Amino acid sequence: MTDMIRASGLVKRYKDVEALAGLDLSVPEGKVLALLGPNGAGKTTAVKCITTLIKPDAGSAEVAGVDVLADPAGVRAKIGLSGQYAAVDEHLTAYENLVMIGRLYHLGKARAQERARELLERSDLTEFADRPAKTYSGGQRRRLDLAGALVAEPPVLVLDEPTTGLDVRSRQQMWDVIKELVAGGATLLLTTQYLEEADRLADDILVIDHGREIAHGTADELKARTGGERIEVVLADLEDREAAVRVLAEVAVDTVRVSDNGRELTAAVSGSATGDLLRVLQGFERETVTVLDVGLRRPTLDDVFMALTGHAAEASDGESDDSEKEMAQ
Amino acid sequence: MSNAVQALGDGWVVAQRNLIKIKRVPDILVFVLISPIMFVLLFAYVFGGAIDVPGNVDYKEFLVPGIFAQTVVFGATFTGYGLADDMQKGLIDRFRSLPMARSAVLVGRTTSDVAYNVISLVIMALTGLLVGWRIREGVLDAALGFLLLLVFAYAISWIMAYVGLLVPSVEVVNNASFIVIMPLTFVSNAFVPQEQFSGVLQTFVEWNPVSTVALACRERFGNIDPSIAVPDSWAMQNPEVYTLLWVIAIVAVFAPLSARQYRLSTSK
Repeated sequence: MTDMIRASGLVKRYKDVEALAGLDLSVPEGKVLALLGPNGAGKTTAVKCITTLIKPDAGSAEVAGVDVLADPAGVRAKIGLSGQYAAVDEHLTAYENLVMIGRLYHLGKARAQERARELLERSDLTEFADRPAKTYSGGQRRRLDLAGALVAEPPVLVLDEPTTGLDVRSRQQMWDVIKELVAGGATLLLTTQYLEEADRLADDILVIDHGREIAHGTADELKARTGGERIEVVLADLEDREAAVRVLAEVAVDTVRVSDNGRELTAAVSGSATGDLLRVLQGFERETVTVLDVGLRRPTLDDVFMALTGHAAEASDGESDDSEKEMAQ
Repeated sequence: MSNAVQALGDGWVVAQRNLIKIKRVPDILVFVLISPIMFVLLFAYVFGGAIDVPGNVDYKEFLVPGIFAQTVVFGATFTGYGLADDMQKGLIDRFRSLPMARSAVLVGRTTSDVAYNVISLVIMALTGLLVGWRIREGVLDAALGFLLLLVFAYAISWIMAYVGLLVPSVEVVNNASFIVIMPLTFVSNAFVPQEQFSGVLQTFVEWNPVSTVALACRERFGNIDPSIAVPDSWAMQNPEVYTLLWVIAIVAVFAPLSARQYRLSTSK
């Protein structure tokens, strides 16, 4: 299988900060790669290098066999980009936005109009098609922005944090749209801060921090390294801590984490999480540990980082535009 | 399709987008036009009495072409404002990821602002007619006068485009352009005849392209007493040619400068 996106040794410096410190990545045709990392990890910078918006200081990248440095215009004809802040003109209606993009892809006026209607239908926006985009909700804007990336039916899609800042329902809708695209054969590079999103959508996950790879594999491979779901316990009595840690350690794949106040314990478990939870509760009963709260939750990016690097994911100042956009949400 | 034709096509698509914006947010137009209308009223009824116009011409007739020149120069701020606004938004990244001509954002903006200037001139002309300004020459002359204003405005748009790209904040663009535009329009014959300036100032007025635009318009519209001799500086003797030379020089300098600045500020 050929790689539709390939980048090697990407380096980008901003003043004294290295936003990218030699990043390699590849996405085979029809597959989905998720770039997972916290704010400032270099995700947006990597996307900008690959989509010809900026030139890397070192390294090379190819999209559909076209070199981004040698033939940026050729690359632009192959990609559809949707950013983390919806890049739509807010005074134009959804229809006008899409027709404009179609005409800038040189589809011709009639074809651009036809394509705009198709995409509005597909993105569930027909109802709002003739209202200026500034009246849209965050989710609707994001769907319009994604539709903009699809206008020319590009073989490669690049989505930069497509669901950051969206509520749960809009996120779910967005995931459905993206899954449909992938089922249709698109090659997709996706950046995200959400482990769950990477897990749901991607064939392959590349975890990055400070502009370099810290882990790479399928969702299952990563989970094997970082543990799956977490059991979280809030103790009623601090005296019970030792006993509780002992019980949790029996099912945990990693060391049991204790919060600073000593009351909250977290254990990563693998395999049957409910079975493990049952064993923990039985253990608490046996050791007479009293708890205020016990629960299961999915691992977050923080958990992944803690497991892989020993420190929590933190936004660095390295890629200030990333965090600024975050604030603007 | 050849590259040049395609670039013009892309520019036109972007221009259409900007035109829709004028339709959707007409308040911008209202705000920008309030100040020239105030100037007409202020100078026609307040300061006008203190200003002598040589020959047998009413001050209001002298004033209105000057206000036209001022309006299109001020109107050009809109170009800088629009670009600075665009640069702050994600839409520019979208444009840059499309296989469209890089020049389209700039060409589209300066082109759509011509339409904007046409609208301002129509409104200003109506205001002028209300206070007593009249076109006393032929239709063709009048049309050429307005055409010169539009061509001059187009050139100033390119200066403001550069300013808008250089300072990425709408507020700063407003203030920065004010510093240049105020002296340029006031130290000209737009409001006060050049004879009433003295020494160095008079020389500046006579060679200021805003003066030559105003003078050319007054001649085309017949708002000047033909028996009064025009100052004998070359610019005042050939106001249209002189203005057009400025137009060519400004576009030749600021179009490439803007294109360069656009590349620089978008490829960080």
